[in-house]
Amino acid sequence: MATEMTTKQAIDAVEPVKAPSRRRNRRATIAWLIVQRGLMGVVTLWCISVIVFVATQAMPGDVAHIILGAGATADQIAQLNKNMGLDEPLLTQYWDWLGNVLTGNMGNSLVSGQPVSELLSERIFNSATLTVIAMILILPLSLLVGLLAAVFRDRFFDRSYLGTSLVVTATPDFVLGSLVIAVFGTVVFKVLPPVSLIPPGDAPWQHPKQLIMPLAVMTLVGVTYLSRLVRVSFIDVLESEYVQLATIKGLSTRRILFRHALPNALAPSIPAASIMAAYTIAGSVVIEYLFGYPGIGSALVDAVAGHDLPMVQAIIMLMAAAFFCFNQLADVLGTLNKSR
Amino acid sequence: MNAVEVTGLTVALDDGSVIVDDVSFALESGQVMGLVGESGSGKSTVALALLGFAKRGANIVGGKVVVGGVDLLALGRNELREARKKLIGFVPQDPATALNPAMRIGTQLTEGMLGGRKENLPRIREVLKAVGLPSDDAFLRRHPQELSGGQQQRVAIAMAVSKGPKLIVFDEPTTGLDVSTQARVLEMVGRLCSDNGMAAVFVSHDLAVVGAVGDLVTVMYAGQVLETGTRDEVLLTAAHPYSIALLESVPSTRQRLPLVPIPGRSPAAGAKFEGCVFADRCAYAEDRCREAVPALVTAPTGGAARCVRVEHVRQNQTCQVKEPLRRIESREEGRASVLSVRNLNASYDRTQVLFDLSFDVAPGECVGIVGESGSGKTTMSRCLIGLHESQTGVMEMDGKPLPLRLRDRSKAIKQQMQYVFQNPYGSLNPRETVATSVMVPLKHFYGDRGKAARAKAQEALERVEIPWRLADRYPAELSGGQRQRVAIARALACDPKLLICDEVTSGLDVSVQASVVELLRSLQNDGLSMVFITHDLAVVRSIGDRVVVLSQGRVVESGEVESVLSAPEHAYTRGLLADTLEVDRPDAETSEVPG
Amino acid sequence: MIRTRPREQGEQEVQAPPKNLTRRVLTSRQTRLGLIMLLTMIVFAIVGPFLAPHSPTAVMAKPYAPPGDGLLLGADSLGRDIVSRILSGGANLTWMAIAATALGVALGTTIGLVAAFAGGIVDMLLMRVVDVLLTFPTIIMAILFISMVGPSRWILVVLVAIGLTPGMARVMRGSARPVMRREHVMWARTVGLSSRHILMREVLPSVTSPLMVEIGLRLMWSVVGLASLSFLGFGVQPPASDWGLMVSENKDGLAIQPLAVFIPAVCVALFTIGGNLFAEGAARVIGRTEGTRS
Repeated sequence: MATEMTTKQAIDAVEPVKAPSRRRNRRATIAWLIVQRGLMGVVTLWCISVIVFVATQAMPGDVAHIILGAGATADQIAQLNKNMGLDEPLLTQYWDWLGNVLTGNMGNSLVSGQPVSELLSERIFNSATLTVIAMILILPLSLLVGLLAAVFRDRFFDRSYLGTSLVVTATPDFVLGSLVIAVFGTVVFKVLPPVSLIPPGDAPWQHPKQLIMPLAVMTLVGVTYLSRLVRVSFIDVLESEYVQLATIKGLSTRRILFRHALPNALAPSIPAASIMAAYTIAGSVVIEYLFGYPGIGSALVDAVAGHDLPMVQAIIMLMAAAFFCFNQLADVLGTLNKSR
Repeated sequence: MNAVEVTGLTVALDDGSVIVDDVSFALESGQVMGLVGESGSGKSTVALALLGFAKRGANIVGGKVVVGGVDLLALGRNELREARKKLIGFVPQDPATALNPAMRIGTQLTEGMLGGRKENLPRIREVLKAVGLPSDDAFLRRHPQELSGGQQQRVAIAMAVSKGPKLIVFDEPTTGLDVSTQARVLEMVGRLCSDNGMAAVFVSHDLAVVGAVGDLVTVMYAGQVLETGTRDEVLLTAAHPYSIALLESVPSTRQRLPLVPIPGRSPAAGAKFEGCVFADRCAYAEDRCREAVPALVTAPTGGAARCVRVEHVRQNQTCQVKEPLRRIESREEGRASVLSVRNLNASYDRTQVLFDLSFDVAPGECVGIVGESGSGKTTMSRCLIGLHESQTGVMEMDGKPLPLRLRDRSKAIKQQMQYVFQNPYGSLNPRETVATSVMVPLKHFYGDRGKAARAKAQEALERVEIPWRLADRYPAELSGGQRQRVAIARALACDPKLLICDEVTSGLDVSVQASVVELLRSLQNDGLSMVFITHDLAVVRSIGDRVVVLSQGRVVESGEVESVLSAPEHAYTRGLLADTLEVDRPDAETSEVPG
Repeated sequence: MIRTRPREQGEQEVQAPPKNLTRRVLTSRQTRLGLIMLLTMIVFAIVGPFLAPHSPTAVMAKPYAPPGDGLLLGADSLGRDIVSRILSGGANLTWMAIAATALGVALGTTIGLVAAFAGGIVDMLLMRVVDVLLTFPTIIMAILFISMVGPSRWILVVLVAIGLTPGMARVMRGSARPVMRREHVMWARTVGLSSRHILMREVLPSVTSPLMVEIGLRLMWSVVGLASLSFLGFGVQPPASDWGLMVSENKDGLAIQPLAVFIPAVCVALFTIGGNLFAEGAARVIGRTEGTRS
């Protein structure tokens, strides 16, 4: 240990002394960073639109077959291709499609014939409600659990926490969810409804009982993920030399934890929280399908099963964009942290 | 009454191995004790234990630390916290990591003091002035990362001093600083302690630093105090064989002296010993040294040493005084320089760091390149080997043009010019054995494989005094000094004309540094030319024939080592020399040979 | 004159020789347990189909029939033997997960190492591609393609592998970059060793520790991903048997026949928990012995 330290000192000793950072400079960096991210974002979203388009509409014969089924006649296929503009050149199709997407016109559902945007608005609202409530629960809980585990490191609380989180992290959401349903919904206690059907037109919070189980699973998964990061960054900070110096100075434990450690430990957890929000969106597909919750995740599964092409395109674009935004947010927050 | 009294302080790891063994000493108010030891000696653990603190995994298992009449180790948690606030100040090794990046300087300065922020502020401002920092509100509102390294260290010192403690513990506070900053900080430490009547323990690996700041000096090794006494007793008339050996391995800026390394390697922290901890490496050891742990006995010179043969050692020291070495005069006149550099400019991200560097390396010569941190010396060495991307200038090797970029250089050039890196822990591939590491270039340059390669590798390793039985070890199993020698052996295996050594000794303990310097000197005797980059004037004096002094990317002075270091012409060199500390040694002319 | 040198002594090497990575990692009880769980599940999944008493697709009884009539645990939602379906339900998952992991890890490692080694414009381009791929959640990408191309098993393997690749590439680039700056790699460049030598002999061996941890983690994610896709109906197609599929087929009968959901769910969980135990245990051992925190 000691020899490693001398080497490190020696390396530090020859590295030029860091010049004091300047505030104005930092602000400029931040502005530049956001502009850069914004441009990157536009490019990436465009890439995503190409991928979605290529994967769906760019395979002509197939699309019609998929929509109409194997028994379709050539006439029917030609008719459909004409209606959907599938007989036009690909590039034209793409620009038309992109223009429509950008103006919010996602086309009509092939199953019900209603506009996609109309069908999805309630679903989006339901999903967003679920995600927001889950995040409100996850953030403070993760902080608390991670902090406790770090403070009681290697003691009973920490060990049992690590064991639990290891198991929960590894278990697929649908397995966790099925077990929760078995315990509280059907087999053991039967206190909660096993499916979370929200009648159309109702706000999700009018049916709190329906929300408990999906929220519980989302929160459990989110807390185990995020609190581990909180724990690690807290342990890093608690072992840092400035916390050691604070102890040596004779400060109280409370002051050390909340004034010295917390601000430094929180910083790396904030980008992690947005990454988690992004993964919650992807994970919602499984959770919503499992509980039959009427959000965009279950809508996607239904749309794929019903070969409802415009719905699939719209939902995937939407999810990818949301996922992407949270990822970028995490990235920007992380870079800001580093520059500090 | 003594201000500080430490008795029987013992620290053990969780597995029971003792890393600080029965350390005792006493200090009066205003006295500074230098605590010196090589890495793994337990000196930093002692420093923390003086505050009743042990790192994770270690525990204070015995002893007393009495400061101002209070035994810190006997206190409960809350009382200990109060005692730390009132009685003891601590100055950490690296203020860049020890100051909280998220808190203002002002808050960090006041929070450790008794009483509220308002009443303490006048005192804080006074101390900030005393350490040479601004004391206005704007400064107090800054964050640590907005200060330079020297300023951060002053803030840390002010933080420890301002509460007016009975004892201040300095844990290697000047290790990361340049010599000029170090000199000012050390001067300040002495002044603060005597002005405020505080006792201080100053931990360092550097004998010269300890000699400059300490009234008393204590030498630690393997967790034990091996010798203690006043500065003159320990540094001028050392009694313990380890202190003697340590002193002999220190290079000097005043004379070109041979350095005497200590054989063997220092024990790992927590190693167990039957008898004397130094017996295995000691020239005077006899059987009884290995039977029982010796006690600290009063040495004939006045201090105390943990050695049963103090008298014998004192009488049989053949001679403490070393004759200056002569410069090697093997340079063949009239031959082209091995390396010639003209108008070298280099930049990093559009910031120019090197300006018009020019120098020559004659055959068989060692050119020392000296500079403080930020002088551009490492960039320059990277330029020589071709690793730096943006550089302009003209280089010649043996009179033939030398392309600047690595990819333009021929295989022959790559073979003739070898580079040894600063960090011995990264120089060798951790997944290859020592022998393989040395054989890789043999295969690459000469196509040697199998037996032929092994024979050549053995030859190269033996040249650097690495026994062949270590050949199948991995780098992790070797000490820092051994790794550095393997790295040199790997370079030698290429049969180079020019060896570029980039701070090769700065990561090593002084006794190990001596062995590497002596090895390089012997290679030079064999006719190898060298460029030796360092921040340490004393090392240059030991090994260099000519010296180039760099400051802020420019050559400020160059010439024969003897003349530049004896009579520097440029103000920068003069300042550097004046700030470089020197261990006082008995003068060659006046000291008598004892016995 | 110089003081007589103390007699030369053999240098002592006190440290225990560092064992190779595999042996070191297996000293931890956690990694051993994880590895045993993984291997058990793999063997179970491979041998299972041969032990099945009935055909997993044959209708033997009424839907959700109780145990009896040679059906040890009863029948599932379509009246097929639950035991047989469980025994044959892991084979596809196992080979697909292993193939996807191998493909994804190999691809990701190659991209990561090449990016770290080449640096400059190559690095930037590769990492931009990786960034774009990362903004596309695996499961949604898989659903998108499967909805169009149909759930072929090899397509699933490739999709999951592509899902693993960008993360893997980032991790490997992150571990390789500090190695590229290490002195032994710089030395190899100064003597002009070939890029292949540097990548294979100097860089790759230094990143085996994170590689090992990542393989465990990615295997876990492959299983989670493939099982979740099956559960959603986009993976292995009925009537073939698959654990993920069984959970969704039988979830409506949870109250009557809980074991038809419970056992396949636990099988998947044991598989993934084994992978996670191994990965985290290995990370911990490596962190302890190599000084990097995990």
